[in-house]
Amino acid sequence: MNKHVSILIIGGGPAGLAAGVAAHKAGVHDILIVERDIRLGGILNQCIHNGFGLHTFKEELTGPEYADRYIKQVEELKVPYRLATIVTDLKLSDDGHTKIVTTMDEEGGLTVYEADAVVLAMGCRERARGALNIPGERPAGIYTAGTAQYFVNLEGRMPGREVVILGSGDIGLIMARRMTLEGASVKLVAELQPYSGGLKRNIVQCLDDYGIPLMLSHTVVKIHGEKRLTGVTIAEVDDHLSPIPGTEQYYDCDTLLLSCGLLPENELSGQLGVTLSPVTSGAVVNESLETSIPGVFSCGNVLHVHDLVDYVSEEASAAGNHAAEYIKEISEGVNVPDSDDKAAEGRVIVVTDGGVRYSVPSILRPDHMADLTTIRFRVGAVFKDVDVVTYADDREVMRIHKRVMAPGEMEQTVLRKTDLLKEGTPSTYRITIENKQS
Amino acid sequence: MEHKELICINCPMGCMLSVDIDDNGEMKVSGNNCPRGDVYARKELTNPTRIVTSIVNVTEGELPVVSVKTKEDIPKDKIDEVIAALKGVTVEAPVLIGEVVLDDVAGTGVDVIATKNVNRKH
Ligand SMILES: Cc1cc2nc3c(=O)[nH]c(=O)nc-3n(C[C@H](O)[C@H](O)[C@H](O)COP(=O)(O)OP(=O)(O)OC[C@H]3O[C@@H](n4cnc5c(N)ncnc54)[C@H](O)[C@@H]3O)c2cc1C
Ligand code: SF4
Repeated sequence: MNKHVSILIIGGGPAGLAAGVAAHKAGVHDILIVERDIRLGGILNQCIHNGFGLHTFKEELTGPEYADRYIKQVEELKVPYRLATIVTDLKLSDDGHTKIVTTMDEEGGLTVYEADAVVLAMGCRERARGALNIPGERPAGIYTAGTAQYFVNLEGRMPGREVVILGSGDIGLIMARRMTLEGASVKLVAELQPYSGGLKRNIVQCLDDYGIPLMLSHTVVKIHGEKRLTGVTIAEVDDHLSPIPGTEQYYDCDTLLLSCGLLPENELSGQLGVTLSPVTSGAVVNESLETSIPGVFSCGNVLHVHDLVDYVSEEASAAGNHAAEYIKEISEGVNVPDSDDKAAEGRVIVVTDGGVRYSVPSILRPDHMADLTTIRFRVGAVFKDVDVVTYADDREVMRIHKRVMAPGEMEQTVLRKTDLLKEGTPSTYRITIENKQS
Repeated sequence: MEHKELICINCPMGCMLSVDIDDNGEMKVSGNNCPRGDVYARKELTNPTRIVTSIVNVTEGELPVVSVKTKEDIPKDKIDEVIAALKGVTVEAPVLIGEVVLDDVAGTGVDVIATKNVNRKH
């Protein structure tokens, strides 16, 4: 017999934990968090550096300490969870209301759950090297930065001694410092783009502090070595990101770490038929962080890649609350539409342009909006001294000056419902950038 | 009058701070989103410090290592000594978050504490 559960949360990282705690506090106790690892906490278990939680806890914690705050709450509230159990399949029941979730435990045992609501909190994974398209052999010694982080911080093993890092994502920057401290020589960080994808603070603390050069507009053009990596050739790239002949430089190294970005892990969401955004690779969600399938919510890195765990927790708490509201609505018999097409009327579409790449949420339903809605977004290039401006159709709603914005750092604005609806319900809410000095 | 630009690293906001230093050495800090930025800029320009995080070996644990940090920040030029001192440390599981694994590291007066729970192997 299938087991029934009100809210099933896939993933026990910071997003899943915060969603579980919030849903429980909102009065729904029939919850299950399913985590494939042998411990809760997600990626935070390997992020031993500090810099987590200032916004949430008003103190600076390491990743495992931050995770522990939420794990404690989960334990204290007795929110049920299963470890070493992976969700292998996710689909809708024939009537379209129940979510059928199949899990597999360590011994291969399958359990099928019937859930009224599902929270997607699967996090993301690093872009694999196959996607990178570097010519040359494939010797040993090439790892994603996250894999290296796992080796060094959880197993106490060093992947190598002479290191080149391709990509200036945060994990790469953190690992540049980590491996330097462990005695490796980190030669350089090469970044294809003319700007870094990492947080400024990581560039200061992880590269500048140790004199490690960051070479912007550079990439690896050749990998040397047969069995084990012996070196790489780095070249400068032009405006079209193509290597410029004659700029090649050779570096000896036994390790190449790839830190070329993260991709939300949305295979399960795809199976379920959730509409995904081509920009974020995460689900398209409304103000309640609900996907195109009613009762399926998404938060954390599986929704869009976050750099700050504080915002993951904040977003996930909101998702947990909305999932709890959904459970209350269906138990009170409130009509839930079969698909979001039927609810399309009266929706406000959030449009982004002028350098704003995307927004989360991207759909606003005024009748479901709270007084304040946080809208998160990312920009596509570095902007200095500009205004972020929002419009309800053609009416200006907000104008905020920004000294600097970069693709590596998520931005957010808080929208007041009364400001949006001041002159009736608009059809679009537009977020753009103005006053660019070029 | 001297002008310096730096990035506050006290929290992930990473505010861009600009500091004007007048001829008497008086500093005026702007660009900070909270008072910690002001304190940081003054300190970074006179006595820079860092929290150091690393791992130490664990025996009998479900993991071979446990993550640790200096309980407070230590002078930046002591980082290497702190890391070297931690190389010699081995603790026995179970290890609890907050437990001191090494006191007064490298003569800084600061303790190094565990940042993760590691249970005993069973
Ligand atoms: C290397 C690195 C450094 C970072 N540094 C900082 C920092 O300094 N400061 C800061 O504030 N933030 C930092 N972050 C960001 C922050 O840690 C992440 O944004 C946050 O951990 C994301 O949380 P999550 O729960 O969405 O994902 P995760 O932590 O990835 O958790 C997802 C969980 O879901 C599980 N899962 C996935 N699929 C399944 C399935 N099918 N079945 C069961 N379980 C599943 C996974 O095992 C995992 O435990 C960093 C992130 C990384 C990767
Ligand atoms: S000034 Fe305050 S908010 Fe800004 S980075 Fe520093 S600590 Fe964070």
